[in-house]
Amino acid sequence: MKATLPLTPSQTVGPFFTIAMSNCENEGRLSSPVGNEISGMGEPVILVGRVFDGEQNMVPDALIEIFQADAAGSFTNPDFLGFARSHTGNNTDGYYLLKTIKPGATGSSAAPYISAIVYMRGLLTHVYTRIYFSDEIDANAEDAILAQIDDGRRDTLIAQRNDSDGVVTYEFNIHMQGDKETVFFSI
Amino acid sequence: MSPIDLSQHPPFIYPDYKSSVSRGPLQSPIDLVGLTNQRESGERSGSLVNRFSVGKLDHDLIRNGQQGGLPLGERMVVSGCVVNQWGKPEAGVLVEAWQANASGRYAHRVDQHDAPIDPNFLGVGRCVTDRDGNYRFYTIKPGAYPWKNHPNAWRPQHIHFSLIGETIADRLVTQMYFPGDPLLEYDPIFSAVPANARERLISNFDLGITEADFALGYRFDIVLAGINATPVENDLDEGGHN
Repeated sequence: MKATLPLTPSQTVGPFFTIAMSNCENEGRLSSPVGNEISGMGEPVILVGRVFDGEQNMVPDALIEIFQADAAGSFTNPDFLGFARSHTGNNTDGYYLLKTIKPGATGSSAAPYISAIVYMRGLLTHVYTRIYFSDEIDANAEDAILAQIDDGRRDTLIAQRNDSDGVVTYEFNIHMQGDKETVFFSI
Repeated sequence: MSPIDLSQHPPFIYPDYKSSVSRGPLQSPIDLVGLTNQRESGERSGSLVNRFSVGKLDHDLIRNGQQGGLPLGERMVVSGCVVNQWGKPEAGVLVEAWQANASGRYAHRVDQHDAPIDPNFLGVGRCVTDRDGNYRFYTIKPGAYPWKNHPNAWRPQHIHFSLIGETIADRLVTQMYFPGDPLLEYDPIFSAVPANARERLISNFDLGITEADFALGYRFDIVLAGINATPVENDLDEGGHN
C-alpha cells in the first residue's frame, strides 16, 4: 500500500524558538510542558555539550531534543517519559544541559544510547544522531550500529563521561561540518 | 521499510539562505533502516502522544499574553487537521506555535527590530489535537519583518509550528504562511522547499473557520510521517511477495 499524502515540508526553527520552548524565557509565563529533565529509576546523569558550525564557531541558538529508553531498556514503560529538550542559549558558554537517567541497552542494540534531534537557525530540516557512552567500552565494541560507522567518525557518537563530586556528567558536542562532523542518521 | 522521505523537505545547504552554508551537514545521513531492525529502534519506538498537558489559555494567543489590555492587530483563528501520510487523523499530538506580533516583533530579547513590542501579546501558543486530529489557535496576524540575510530582505508573515507526534520519527518543525503574500517569492527559507511542495506551507482563508464579528479564519492542515501507522497489510504484502 502506498502512502497517499505528501508530507508537510520542514522549515528552520529560527532564532526565536525559546519563547515557546524554554521555561527560562518570558519570566515563567506560559511555561512549556516539555522540560530539560527526564525522571525515573536509574543512574542519574547530566548531559551537556555545545554545537559548532563549519567555521568552528559555537552555535548559540541550537535546540537539542532527546528520546531514550528507561533504565531497563524499555521504550514502552507507561510510567516513564523519555523525552526532554534544552538549548544552547541558556548561558554565554553555549552549553545545552539535560538531566536524565542512563538508559538500559535495548533489544536491537548491544550498547545503550540516547537518540538526539538537533535544530537551529540555518538548519532547514532537523537532523538525528545518537549519543553512546564512553564507559560502555565492551558494549560499544559489540554494537551493530557503531560497528558499521567508519572508524574515523565513530567517536563523534560517543559522549565522554566525567565523574566529579559524585555527579556523573557526559559531554556530547555536535559538529555540523568539518573533520569532526557528527554522524547524522536518516531514520 | 524505508527511511522517512526527505524529498519533501528543504536541502541542508541552500546557499541563498546564508546561515545554512555553515550550519547544514555536508556528509549524507547514514541510513539507520539499513543498519538495524527498525521495529526495535528508539527512533520509531514508544509513544509521545497524549504525554504533554497544556494550560487552559495556551491555545489562545489573543488572551494568554494580556497584561491589562488587548493585543493590537487583526484577530485570526488558525485551525487544521493533523494526519499521517495514509490520511489517518493523529490525535494527542502536541502542537506548539510562536510568532511575531502585528508589528513584526518577537517577544524575545534577541529581536532588535525597531518595531513596537506589544505588552499584551506574547506570541506563544500550544494545544493538543483532539480525537479527530484537529487543532485550533486564536491569535493575531503576525507582521512581516526585515532580516539580515541579504540587502532589503524581509520575512513573509508566518507562524512557527512544532509538532510532537507518536514517535520522534514523526517530529516536524515548520512555518505556516499566508495566501497571496508578495514576499514569498523573495524568501529563501520558503524557496528552499522543493517547488512542488511549497504550497503546502501556505494556509487557506476559510470562511467556515472565520468567526462572525470576531476573527478571520485560516486553515492549515499538516501531514506527519506517521511512521508507526504503516498499515499491517503493507508489511504482510511485502513479506509475501519478496
